[in-house]
Amino acid sequence: MNEGPIRADRVITDGAAGLITRVEELAYELKIGEVMTSPAKTVTPDMRMSDVLALFRDAKVSGAPVMANGELVGIVSIADLIRALQENNTAAAVSEYMTMQVTTLEAGSPVIEALKLFTATRVGRLPVVDQAGHLVGIITKGDITRGVLRALEYDYQEEEVRKYRARHLFEDIVSDRTSLTLRYKIKQGDFAHGGNASSHIKRALVRLGASPQIARRCGIAIYEAEMNLIIHTTNGGAVRVEIEPHQIVMETIDDGPGIEDIDLAMTPGYSTAPDSVRELGFGAGMGLKNIQRCVDDMYLDSTVGRGTRLEMRIFLKPDEQLGDSSSPADRAGRNGGASQ
Amino acid sequence: MELKQIIQLVEGEVLTSGFDINRPVRGGCGADLMSDVLAYIGPGALLLTGLCSAQVVRTAQMADVAAIVFVRGKRPSLDTIALANQERIPLITSAHGMFELCGRLHQAGLHSLETPA
Ligand SMILES: Nc1ncnc2c1ncn2[C@@H]1O[C@H](COP(=O)(O)OP(=O)(O)O)[C@@H](O)[C@H]1O
Ligand SMILES: [Mg+2]
Repeated sequence: MNEGPIRADRVITDGAAGLITRVEELAYELKIGEVMTSPAKTVTPDMRMSDVLALFRDAKVSGAPVMANGELVGIVSIADLIRALQENNTAAAVSEYMTMQVTTLEAGSPVIEALKLFTATRVGRLPVVDQAGHLVGIITKGDITRGVLRALEYDYQEEEVRKYRARHLFEDIVSDRTSLTLRYKIKQGDFAHGGNASSHIKRALVRLGASPQIARRCGIAIYEAEMNLIIHTTNGGAVRVEIEPHQIVMETIDDGPGIEDIDLAMTPGYSTAPDSVRELGFGAGMGLKNIQRCVDDMYLDSTVGRGTRLEMRIFLKPDEQLGDSSSPADRAGRNGGASQ
Repeated sequence: MELKQIIQLVEGEVLTSGFDINRPVRGGCGADLMSDVLAYIGPGALLLTGLCSAQVVRTAQMADVAAIVFVRGKRPSLDTIALANQERIPLITSAHGMFELCGRLHQAGLHSLETPA
């Protein structure tokens, strides 16, 4: 469990640097048992310090728990070994040089507990025990660093794999016309979650290979529309996004109150939003205009008493198409074949 | 300009953790209306604002804002800070007002990323 595929030459890329906050989360998520070295190299109290020297050298460790009859009785470290060497006394028994008051950690505790102890005590390693107090391993700061890096690399690869899969979705599934539909329910007045759906949509588009510009235009448009459902409707509404390689169609639908004068609603600065909404930075009467600027086509349909439907379309140029990593020329050839 | 230089210039207190302090910031924008940000800000900008609802973080995410500075010592709720950590958007608070901060940053060479109406 402790010997993961960590390579010494691993460099932290910009992508991984963005995961630094994740390190803090991982300190709470990862268990000591997941990152410790197990089993630990141990020694007995009656071994000689010269044996310890040989062990440290051969096993490349800098400390070892001292065990007598299956019980943890102490810990011996490189500092103890140096003392024995200085005193020219490597023939002495481990029991003469070991530290007897040993703080232990439980395998089931989060890694943050180990970090706290390392900081508070300045020791370099601590024995790890199970719930019954039996030694199950040893942990150093190096073990924690390796464990966290391994977990980060895993996270990072997971996102890369997700992107890769999503990008090939449209290629992998064969149909005359493939599309992906995302649906979200939006509650009226739910400002706390306002923008969550838009955030998921933007992320999905990035995973599907949308350019930052396309993802941004879609994100801004759908966010204004999502906020309109929260602010202006009676019962909330629905967000629906249909993604195809060549276009993205986003839609919001609600069942009231409807818009009386659509031209007026589209006029920049016109807003029926209450002051409470203005305090949140919305209700400037610019949303629909913003949407219009971001998308290629916009249709707003509304009937008072029935509800409102807003459709927003973005057309993707050949070099912006989603879910396909092949060159535009390639794609033209294949599309030509499919349409015969 | 790098984010760390901005933090110094605004004498800011950083509210989120774990972001890259060397992150480049392309320019600045000051706004209290989220629709203004969504409409008139270029990607990669620093946003100065007096508003501190969760919507500021969502708006920043949609508009690809590089970092947010809350003016006049405003502080968002813990939920909003948690959201910013999750979406990896740095939050900074400064005791100074909007005019003062825009002036300092502009003078130090951070140009405007606001597009005129
Ligand atoms: N889904 C909707 N249902 C009812 N009215 C709406 C809806 N969307 C927009 N409106 C009306 O259109 C006006 C302008 O909308 P918008 O441009 O987004 O500005 P704002 O949301 O800031 O008021 C709103 O104030 C509201 O009266
Ligand atoms: Mg609106």
